[in-house]
Amino acid sequence: MTDQSSAAAAPIIIITDLVKQFGRFAALRGVSAEFAPRRMYAILGDNGAGKTTLLRVLAGLSRPTRGSVSMLGTTDLRAICRHVGYMAHPSLLYDELSGTENLRYFARLYEIEGRQRCASVISAVGVDPLLPRPIAQYSQGMRQKISLARAILHDPQVLLLDEPFSNVDVHSARDIGARLAQMRDAGKTIFVVTHQSSLLESLADEFVWMQAGQIVTRTPHLLPVEAR
Amino acid sequence: MSLAGITGATLAKDLRLEWRSKDAINAMLFFALLVVVVFSFSFDPNAEESRQIAGGLIWVAFLFASVVALNQTWARELRNQALDAYRVSPAPANALFLAKTVGNFIFVGVLEVLMTPLFIVFYKLRALGPAWQLIPVAILGTWALVVNGTFFAAMSIRTRSREIMLPLLLFPISIPAILAMVNATTAILTGELSSRFWIVLLATYDVVFTIACLLLFEMVLHAE
Repeated sequence: MTDQSSAAAAPIIIITDLVKQFGRFAALRGVSAEFAPRRMYAILGDNGAGKTTLLRVLAGLSRPTRGSVSMLGTTDLRAICRHVGYMAHPSLLYDELSGTENLRYFARLYEIEGRQRCASVISAVGVDPLLPRPIAQYSQGMRQKISLARAILHDPQVLLLDEPFSNVDVHSARDIGARLAQMRDAGKTIFVVTHQSSLLESLADEFVWMQAGQIVTRTPHLLPVEAR
Repeated sequence: MSLAGITGATLAKDLRLEWRSKDAINAMLFFALLVVVVFSFSFDPNAEESRQIAGGLIWVAFLFASVVALNQTWARELRNQALDAYRVSPAPANALFLAKTVGNFIFVGVLEVLMTPLFIVFYKLRALGPAWQLIPVAILGTWALVVNGTFFAAMSIRTRSREIMLPLLLFPISIPAILAMVNATTAILTGELSSRFWIVLLATYDVVFTIACLLLFEMVLHAE
């Protein structure tokens, strides 16, 4: 975990009275929070707590019904999308393309030239970049790793990860966790939505608990179930 | 990277996806083939009647068949929510629209190249007017179909019954273009009238709707 000095740094994300409604259902109900840079946040909560919606709003995929989000000093999230990496629960990949072909395409969207970067990112998540099979024939865990590779391909400052450990075996999940900790130590700010909080117990700097569309608690340590 | 660079990369990706899956082209070909054969046996026209009705038949067949490709264009972006990966990237929305439109133009163009000889054989077609004018009519007409089709298919992807929604949105707005395509084709085949007016109308339609779609697409892409 990082030292306390980084917690005192100016917030990289400021969320003010954020409300997100889908019809009559409010997925986020007045969320206000500040997040310091160079830290790893584990976003926890039951299904329907608003974790994924919060991440989608931060990624600029979902527009707030009310309230605002300021990230990297601006409320125009489109302007800073180059500095944000987003991994969703679905893979966001094309099934008919191989992992390398997928990443090469997305690299061009971020103006990243050169095959070397794609190959090194794929290797970094523990997949063979020379694997010629289309993604549809990958195991669920490998798909998840390529999805993570896509999110970190452009070396973003802020990383938003929705369930990066789902369908991944324990060893691979620990590897991914260690990789995320390295990225945090290298200065990235990382948000991880997960139901497998124990994987981040020794890695995350803060545990953010959500319930019914609100942040209810923020703790530096993972709380036992009965204390939440 | 330039608009052209990202458009090229997205187009290359779409062509590769279609080459591997053949989702759109197979469905379009079978549909158009059925229309040709069924109408041919239903009407059994002589050469003169063929020249009168072929313009309508050809374009109606291509219009219905192209709807299949247009739906597929965005359906593959919805699988695994791959479209969200584009939306969170700094790539311009118009690059995606242009790539999809050019991709659909190629798919429908391939269909037309493959189906036209069959139309000629089944309907015993021989143009009495300047046959070379069929080329600009085909290019402008196909662009008219795919530019609006790509746009409205993007609009309808998040609706529950998008297969129904696309024709409902596309066909009414395509009526001026269809009229122009059919009348220009008939004029060329029969050699009775000049097709010039209809070709100019098609070109104008293409310019107006291409600009309108480019101006509005970013809103459509980032709509929830």
